[in-house]
Formats: sequence, structure tokens, C-alpha cells
Amino acid sequence: MSPTTSEQTAEPAASGAAPVERQSVSQRLASFTGWSEWAAPIGLLVLVIVFQILNSTFLSLGNIEAMLAAAAILILLSVGQTFVVATGGIDLSIASTMTLSAVMFGVGYGADWSIFLCCLLAVVTGSLFGLLQGVIIGRGKITDFIVTLGGLSVASGLALVISDGQPVTVISRFMLRLSTDGIGIIGWPVIVALVVALIFHGVLFHTRFGTHVLAAGGSEDAARATGISIARIKTAVYTVAGIMAGLAAILLVARVGAAEPAANTQFLLNSVAAVVLGGVSLVGGRATIWSPVCGALLLTALTNGLTLLGVSQYYQPIAVGGVVVLAALLARFQK
Amino acid sequence: MTTPLTKQSTESGSRAVEPLLKVQDVSLSFGSVRALRNVDLQLMPGEITAIVGDNGAGKSTLVRCMSGIHRPSSGTIVFDGAPIDFRSPEDAREAGIETVHQNLALVEDLTVWQNLFLNRELVTKLGPVGILNRRKMKSEAERMVSTLAVNVPAVTSRVRRLSGGQRQAVSICRAAGFSSKLVIMDEPTAALGVQETARVEELIQRLRSEGHAILIISHNFAQVMRLSDQVWVMRAGRCVAGRRTAQTTGEEIVALITGAQAA
Repeated sequence: MSPTTSEQTAEPAASGAAPVERQSVSQRLASFTGWSEWAAPIGLLVLVIVFQILNSTFLSLGNIEAMLAAAAILILLSVGQTFVVATGGIDLSIASTMTLSAVMFGVGYGADWSIFLCCLLAVVTGSLFGLLQGVIIGRGKITDFIVTLGGLSVASGLALVISDGQPVTVISRFMLRLSTDGIGIIGWPVIVALVVALIFHGVLFHTRFGTHVLAAGGSEDAARATGISIARIKTAVYTVAGIMAGLAAILLVARVGAAEPAANTQFLLNSVAAVVLGGVSLVGGRATIWSPVCGALLLTALTNGLTLLGVSQYYQPIAVGGVVVLAALLARFQK
Repeated sequence: MTTPLTKQSTESGSRAVEPLLKVQDVSLSFGSVRALRNVDLQLMPGEITAIVGDNGAGKSTLVRCMSGIHRPSSGTIVFDGAPIDFRSPEDAREAGIETVHQNLALVEDLTVWQNLFLNRELVTKLGPVGILNRRKMKSEAERMVSTLAVNVPAVTSRVRRLSGGQRQAVSICRAAGFSSKLVIMDEPTAALGVQETARVEELIQRLRSEGHAILIISHNFAQVMRLSDQVWVMRAGRCVAGRRTAQTTGEEIVALITGAQAA
């Protein structure tokens, strides 16, 4: 009896070792072909090459400068959206929260606050609005889709009420320099956005909080069984999205030169689009930061390139929508 | 004449050891359903204890009281000399009771080492911010996994790539890895094939030899007879009998479960 059992255990151990060996090779292959993550950078590269061939001004310094400046706001929103989507949620209110934060910036400015305090007010407004939504979603256990859809409506309504529908022109040397200066051809907005993205990359992959975000998105039950509070994680990610909306609002005010209650709907669609292009799993659990950032750059390059080619602005939403659905399809076939 | 004498002496010897966990007169009702009725049983340190019973006999409910998911309506549970009052699974883990859940409680999209250290991550303090010490966690995980009887691929691979047996091994490894005093396993081999079951059983026996107390719920009588030192039988919310495994038979246990034999 005992020799047969030892033989039985020895045999699967030996045959078990072989697949492990093979797996490590196929694993490396698979992690490389984890290419939904690579869709955005590769797509960006292809797009840049195509547009450069079609129009040689595409890669001129001036145009690169313009594209980076235009991408900064979207990068910030995409980072915020990534944290939410990593838990399996979605923040439909992110662009409206930005609008509300921008309007609050204008309120501070109108009350003769210093620019620093106005910026702080914008970020605090965004984070409080995000926190409120997070608490309702996490503690109240209400579907994120509904809460943030309501949030979208409330934030844009509040922005109109508070501003009375009027823009506040912001004249400030600091804001002017923020939007026009930079290091070389790289403007401050995109430097700010990339530094923030880098910090939040660290948060996602090098802190306990980041691991718990991915765990909560990957399997709520498993996360809960190890004592992770799902409610707290959800509250936190919507707050992160709110903070990003607040930071984006500062860049928006600097760019426009005014705090205005505009709808900014294209930022909502594009932030979700950048996340999808970035290969972040919409059911949660898998995410990177750098890939959605590339997604944001890709979308900006797409809009910019189409404009350079003289394609009517009306076609741009169609192009963005098509690219996003295509990316989602590619991600689907990865499985 | 000599044999019963030595037996008696070993018995009295084991009696001198305090039970690790004592369930005393525990009852729990969910509305009008009385899931547990005046349950009394105990677990000795360093032993594998099995709880058997038909579906709905209250095994899982009782175990959930020990692991902090439910709180008994009445009665006490004494663990390691002190009565317990767990408000959450986290409390139970802190007291040294680890549970391997039937659904395994692993996050498929995370790696083996991330799962092993989930919510127990090692961090290096950088001012107010804790930065994950990934290298240390990986090497620790490597060490934890290398002691397993089950072949587990690199700790950096995602759990999604693991087989059922490998996942179970990782779960058990996690439960046993953090100086736990009692490891509870709910149907540890229910989803596994024959060979994987054999290896997981080997792993459970190794845990016992390392001094862990283990409580298993199992429907597999052959397994209970193979692994356990003590069997408790539950029926309709009551603990109806307790036997030393060496002094009972599979037939007797089945009879006790169905109620064909009174305790």
C-alpha cells in the first residue's frame, strides 16, 4: 500500500513540475500579451505616426506643447476615474464636480481671497463632494451608477445656482503663468498632472490602501473576509476622484481665464474613455496609472490630429466613441 | 488488565491539559429558527478536531460564532483561557483564530504574495506614509509557500492561474502563517480531485505536527477518520455526541448523525 501511495504522490509531483516550468514561459508571454494594458501606448504611437505622415506640423514643437497643455486636465480626471473603476465602480459626476469646484474658485476670487486659498477651496469642494458620494455609495450601499448620476445633476445644478449662470473672470499673474509657462516646451499644467499621476501610481502600488482598492475590486467577499472595510475603500476612492476634479478645476480656470459653470460633458466621456483605453478592468481588480495616462494623451492627440487635418469638429465625438468601443472590444478578446 | 490501565493514565494525562477552546451552552436563533441549541464541546490544543453532521445541523453556524461572523444569543465560548466576544472576523484573527473559507477568500487578480499578506501588509514608515515592503513580503511568502506539500508556482504569479488544490494550499498557508493558535477549515477538500485532496490532507497533518490546533468541518467520513483526533457530532442544532476518533467507527458516526443511535 505505502509504496503505491508514494508512487502516486511522486508521479503527479513530477508531472506537476512540468506545467509549472511551461507556465512560467507562457506566463511571461501572457503578461506581455496582457496587451489591453498596452493598447493605449501602442495606439498612441500608431496615431502619432499616422498623423505625422498626413500632416508634418503634427509633431512641431508648438503643436506638441498645445497637445500636452490640453491633455493635463484629462490626465487628472483619468487618474481619479481609475481609482473608482479599479473598485468596480464608475464616477459619472467627475466632470460636473470639476465644474462645481471651478465655480467655487470663482466665489473665492470674487471675495478677494488669495489665489492660494481659491485653489484650496476648489480642491476642498471637490473632495467634499466626492466624500459625500462615497459615503452614500459605501455606507448606504446604493449603486454607484445612480449616486454619481444624481451627483452629476446636483453638482452642475449647484454650479449654476452659486454662479447665477455667470462666469467670473480671473485675472491673476499666478494663474496666467500656470497656464502659459513651463519647463521648456512642457507647460506647468501637464507637469502638475504628471507629478500627481506619479504620486497616485505610488499610492496604488506601494501603499496598503492601493492594495486594498485592488482587492476590493477583485473580490469584495475575499477582501471583507480578511477584514478590509469595503465601505471605507469606496468612500476613499470617490474622495480621490473628487480631489482630482478639484485639481483639474484649477487647471481649467487657468486655461479658460475664468470660472464658469460650463457643462464640460466631453470630459466625463473622455475620462471613462481614457480608463477603458488604459486597459483598466471595468469590473474592478486590475488597473495601472500610466496606461490611462497614455489613454488621455491618445484621446487628446486624436482630437488635435483630426482638427489639423481639417476634419469638422462634429466628427470628433464619433471618432472618440468609436476608439473607446474598439478598445473595449479588444480587451474583451484578451480573455 | 494492563492495557486499560495505561489507557486510563494517558486519558487522565490529556485531561490535565486545558482545552484550547470550550463552547459552553451556546445557543443562537435567527428569528424563529433556532440554529444552535445549548451546544457544548471542546477543542484540545495540538489536535485535529472534526465537526460532522447533516446539512443544516448547525456546523457552519457554530464555526461562524468562533470566527467572529455571528455572535451567540446565549452561552459562552472560552478561547485560550478567556471568554471571547468577537465583533468581527478581524477580532477573531487578532485573537489567533484563522478561518479557511469554503469559497477560499482569495483575490484572483492579485498575486500569491499579495494574497498571503492581504490586510497584513508589511510597510516601511516614511514619515506619516507607509510604503509597502514588497521585497520582504515576497521573500517571506516564498518561505511560507516552500514549506507546502503542494506545488505552488512562483509567489509573483496571479492566483487566477492556480489550480483548485494550489489555491486551497495558499489559503491554508495564509491561515497557518501568522502565528495562529487555531485554524478552522470549512470543507477544505470539497472542491478538489483525489490527488489534490491527498496533498491538502498531508498539509493539514503537517500543521498539526507543527503544533497548530485545527478544526475541520467535513462531509467526508473517510477523511474525518483519517485525519481527526476527536469528532463531535451535530444534529438539528445540538451537539449530540463526542468521540475519540481512535475509539469509534465510521458506522457509529453515521448512526449518530442520522439519529439511529442515541449518544
